[in-house]
Amino acid sequence: MSTPTQTAPVAGLQGRSRRRAAKVATDKGKKPNIIITTVMVLLCIAWVLPTFGLFVTSLRPEEDINSSGWWTAFANPLSATTWTLENYQGVWSGGQTPINISFVNSLAVAIPATILPIMVAAFAAYAFTFMEFPGRDWIFVAFVALLVVPNQVALVPLLQFYGQIGLTGTFPAVWLAHAGFGMPLAVYILRNYMATLPRAVIESAKIDGASHFVTFWRLIVPMSVPALVSFAIFQFLWVWNDLLVALVFLGSGENMVLTVNIKGLVGQQGQGANLLTAGAFISMVIPLLVFVGLQRYFVRGMTSGAVKG
Amino acid sequence: MDIAIKLINALLAVVFGVLGALVLYWVLNKIVEKLPNKVEDRVKPWVFIGPAVLLVGLFLIYPAIRTIILSFANSTSTAWVGTENYTNLLGSSSFQQVLINTLLWMIVVPTMSVALGLVVAVLADRLNPRNEKLSKSLIFMPMAISMVGAAAIWKIIYEAKPAGSTQTGLLNAIWVGLGGEPQAWLQFSQLRINSLLLMVILIWLQAGFCMVLLSAAIKGVPEDTIEAGRIDGASELAIFFRIVVPQIWPTVITVFVTVLIGVMKVFDIVYVMTGGNFNTDIVGNRFFSELFTNGNAGNAAAIVVMLMIAITPFMVYQVRQFRKQEVER
Repeated sequence: MSTPTQTAPVAGLQGRSRRRAAKVATDKGKKPNIIITTVMVLLCIAWVLPTFGLFVTSLRPEEDINSSGWWTAFANPLSATTWTLENYQGVWSGGQTPINISFVNSLAVAIPATILPIMVAAFAAYAFTFMEFPGRDWIFVAFVALLVVPNQVALVPLLQFYGQIGLTGTFPAVWLAHAGFGMPLAVYILRNYMATLPRAVIESAKIDGASHFVTFWRLIVPMSVPALVSFAIFQFLWVWNDLLVALVFLGSGENMVLTVNIKGLVGQQGQGANLLTAGAFISMVIPLLVFVGLQRYFVRGMTSGAVKG
Repeated sequence: MDIAIKLINALLAVVFGVLGALVLYWVLNKIVEKLPNKVEDRVKPWVFIGPAVLLVGLFLIYPAIRTIILSFANSTSTAWVGTENYTNLLGSSSFQQVLINTLLWMIVVPTMSVALGLVVAVLADRLNPRNEKLSKSLIFMPMAISMVGAAAIWKIIYEAKPAGSTQTGLLNAIWVGLGGEPQAWLQFSQLRINSLLLMVILIWLQAGFCMVLLSAAIKGVPEDTIEAGRIDGASELAIFFRIVVPQIWPTVITVFVTVLIGVMKVFDIVYVMTGGNFNTDIVGNRFFSELFTNGNAGNAAAIVVMLMIAITPFMVYQVRQFRKQEVER
């Protein structure tokens, strides 16, 4: 930040040319200098290095992992004995808790838990935005307040309730819980987005005799796709990466999800510790793909104030 | 085979769930349309928001009330014990340590995340657009990684081997390289070094989030205010602290509060890395161990109620922020 101020002599200029001169001046002021570039390169390395270390470790033979640091792999990077896929094979289908089943379980949890709340939330958001009814603002404020409520408040009673009706350990138990926990955020994102849609469109639909249902389905839903995608990404990442809810309602039985399985691997010392690296990396592949592919929507959702408490 | 069945079930759940919801709304809508116009206009909004309110009521509000009630009952929720859960917890030195640790997390993690996010946002703003995008993406990327995944990543860094053997953990390799004795870092509770090392994981995960929001705010600062500072001959540092920071301050607070709320209920990192041992326990993990390890639903509920009370001011803040936005809209 020690760039010297490079103020162009703009004082005497007027109007447009003055503005243009100012623009040039700030662009000059923003010129990256060597210190800034160095600091940023170091920060980026520091941020990527941990993940990179995991990735390299996951590709090394077990004996090497236990006897030397991952960085030593680069002393001999072309040797055939430096790299192996054994850890991936081992964790994917070997051992007591092969990760392939957990992978499917994670999908089976995350996909419905992402899609089911969307429709419900979209209807509610429409009503909050385009309909008049007593108590509307208060109910919406309640949703806003619920954004920050930690899920933990619901776990003890829900666990007891699920136990009574025999739902513990099943997928619907988690779908419903995630749908409920995600609802405030979903309604919040969608309502805020719908409030920015042009009123005129809705008014003219009304004049043409379209019912609320038709207006919602034909007009508002297609126009709200960006917000729907934003929420879907948030919810999917959140459910896929969740440990607490999965641990409480699914545990480590046959429906164990990836995060719970990997937690089990972390506890293992010595033998099996090598599997952890490969397993962790497998668990990160889908979120990273979603993230890289849909980052624009993700950032848009975040900057529009969508933040789950 | 088993796997195929699970996937098919999940897909069926999606299809039937979505179709079912649609049919439900459609049928309700049809029924309401049969009503006289005046009644229809009154009832229809409730058809639209009904299911959402029901879900939130069943899975958040009602359980929250139950939790408050259960916090005054014993470990199996079979008898009332008054405020015993609270007094026992607050009186026990182990829970006091939990509170101190949690408080430390609440101070260190948001402060460091926001500070780092701000530094990156400001510096990246000065790179050329391509490098800015790349560096921001790299620092933002951990946002996609689960806390469990992050724990696996950092476990390799904090790994410790006995003195004399080759260190496979990056931290110990550097430490020993500098002439130190290898340490089991996660058990090193003096000065709460181990807790701080766990906080590093969360800061690593969240700095990118702060950076994105702060960066958007910085880009929204009007050029002419900065230019005015330049003309007056202010240094870049003075421009940043006197002109940029005051204008983005509301965003700084919002981001800080958001991270803070997240930190208050963190569970995964501590549970996976240390299980709360070596004096690293925090509220989120203690809740879980009360519920499952100790089988004490009363204590678990009391912990959550205390957490809720601590979060209430931020809830008020959140609602106020929202009201302000609405006025500006």
